[in-house]
Amino acid sequence: MPADVQGDRLSSSIATELNTRGWDWYVDRVVSIGVFAGGVSAIIFIIGIFVFVTREGLDFALGSLDLKEFFTSINWRPTSERNPTYGILALMTGTASVTGLAMLVSVPFSLGAAIYIAEFASGRTRESLKVLVELLAAIPSVVWGFIGMSIMNPLIIEMFDVPVGLSVLNAGVILGLMAAPIMTTIAEDALKAVPDSYREAAEAMGATRWQVIFRVVLPAAKNGLMAAILLGVGRGFGETMAVLMASGHAINIPTSPFDSVRAITATIAAELGDTARGSDHYGVLFTLGIFLFVITFIINLIADVVVKGVGRQK
Amino acid sequence: MSLFVRTELDEHNRRVEWLVKTLFLLMTVLLIIPVALIMGILIQRGAPVLSWGFLTEVPTNGMTAGGIFTALIGTVWIVAVALLASVPIGVAAAVYLSEYAPDNWLTRAINLAIINLAGVPSIVHALFGLGAFVVFFGFGRSILAASLTLAVMTLPIVIVATRESLQAVPHAFREACWNMGATRWQTIRRVVLPNSISGILTGVILEVSRTAGETAPIMFTGAAAFLPFLPQGVLDQTMAMSLHLYVVSTQVPDVPDALPFGVALVLISMVLVMNATSIAFRIYLRNKRKW
Repeated sequence: MPADVQGDRLSSSIATELNTRGWDWYVDRVVSIGVFAGGVSAIIFIIGIFVFVTREGLDFALGSLDLKEFFTSINWRPTSERNPTYGILALMTGTASVTGLAMLVSVPFSLGAAIYIAEFASGRTRESLKVLVELLAAIPSVVWGFIGMSIMNPLIIEMFDVPVGLSVLNAGVILGLMAAPIMTTIAEDALKAVPDSYREAAEAMGATRWQVIFRVVLPAAKNGLMAAILLGVGRGFGETMAVLMASGHAINIPTSPFDSVRAITATIAAELGDTARGSDHYGVLFTLGIFLFVITFIINLIADVVVKGVGRQK
Repeated sequence: MSLFVRTELDEHNRRVEWLVKTLFLLMTVLLIIPVALIMGILIQRGAPVLSWGFLTEVPTNGMTAGGIFTALIGTVWIVAVALLASVPIGVAAAVYLSEYAPDNWLTRAINLAIINLAGVPSIVHALFGLGAFVVFFGFGRSILAASLTLAVMTLPIVIVATRESLQAVPHAFREACWNMGATRWQTIRRVVLPNSISGILTGVILEVSRTAGETAPIMFTGAAAFLPFLPQGVLDQTMAMSLHLYVVSTQVPDVPDALPFGVALVLISMVLVMNATSIAFRIYLRNKRKW
């Protein structure tokens, strides 16, 4: 038999052996399907959240809900025997005022801190500050709420000589302190994402450090900073326990920072325990849930699109 | 020589830069100081309550006396069951995103879903848990329902941390393994996962800390305000540290002032110690990394 034919036989038998779908091949297939399922589960869960929250709230939302009253009435009286009303205007202003004050407090400080950490601090200082900020972000919201009730409350009463310290001011400051670490982290990432060559080019033109920051780095990181603020707003908007405990939980359209208010999230947390499944009250709380879900979804979507904008720029 | 003498403009610029730098440092410090003060007050007012008995006794006298044992053990149950559910799913998702996922619309949708899972308010997760696990799947108010709710909520933490540590493994490691004839899964199991396991652990510790501190998602799905006994299985209700803090500081009359401070101090210590461990672990790994 000629040598080359023998070689052909040999290589074809090796080829057959390599092509045999052994145990490992099947394991590989199964695993790739398994991890695919894991990846897709995130989508399933987010759809599941929408479906199950809607499922419990839809009957009410489509049936007995008066949309005009829902958005324009300040009367939230879900437990009234005779004439329950479901107006969330006061709750929305409550959420908006607390979140607004929180942003007023935390946006300047977190952007300032992010600029310091990203542009000025170096080495050990930078690492320690980052670790501190990360630890701040870890404090549970119920602990923040407790701090609002037991430390901020007497402090506000004493400092401003007001009868009640559980108010927009209290919840706003607490929420600001909660949102600041997250915004600082994201804003710092955005500043770090600006290529060093931008800074070097500006410095080569004779710009001072702060000119580099204000004229070059901040404009280049604009989108990322916007996303950081948006995510901070989302966080404040969705915060439950801290707002429930620190805001005073009174249905009220605030006229001063010392007024007590009630937030949408806090209303669900405070009232859901007392409702029977299938009742209108139960339904309206889930409707509030749909409302919160849709709003935070939109905020996250915008933040995502804004960040993608940064990616395209580079 | 006169070329190198500082001009008036240089002096001005230096002053401005110093001013700006100090201003930003001040803002950073102002962010941290209130929290440091608060921690100080928590420790000062909570420490007198702390004792071995506080940790090992059940609450008595309508939760106005005794310890926090049942709440502590309840939190351990909830965290453990939540981890059992979310770590496998989270790691699988991260492996898919890091090792398999092509750059297409589905991957973008998955990433968007992860961002949204992290961004949905905790009270909406609570409503989901109630609607899905308590009512639809019929688990009732139980550790299982509460833990699954928290598992869904904290899934993004595991996914993001795992994905990052998988991607930190150099691509050359994978190529070397493929060239030896290994299948994709063999490569992941023998090369990628062993090289990133510590990074995954860091993420898991962070998740534990987050799970232990959450209150709203477990309020209506399985945590009870007061139970005099420990849970016997995953279908029982249980007390939990976070809910216990809420209850003793808002719902129970005549609680001694120091008691909630003690509960808050224990809860925050648990969370911060775990986070600090995770951070220390990460720094240690970064220094140890050979590539």
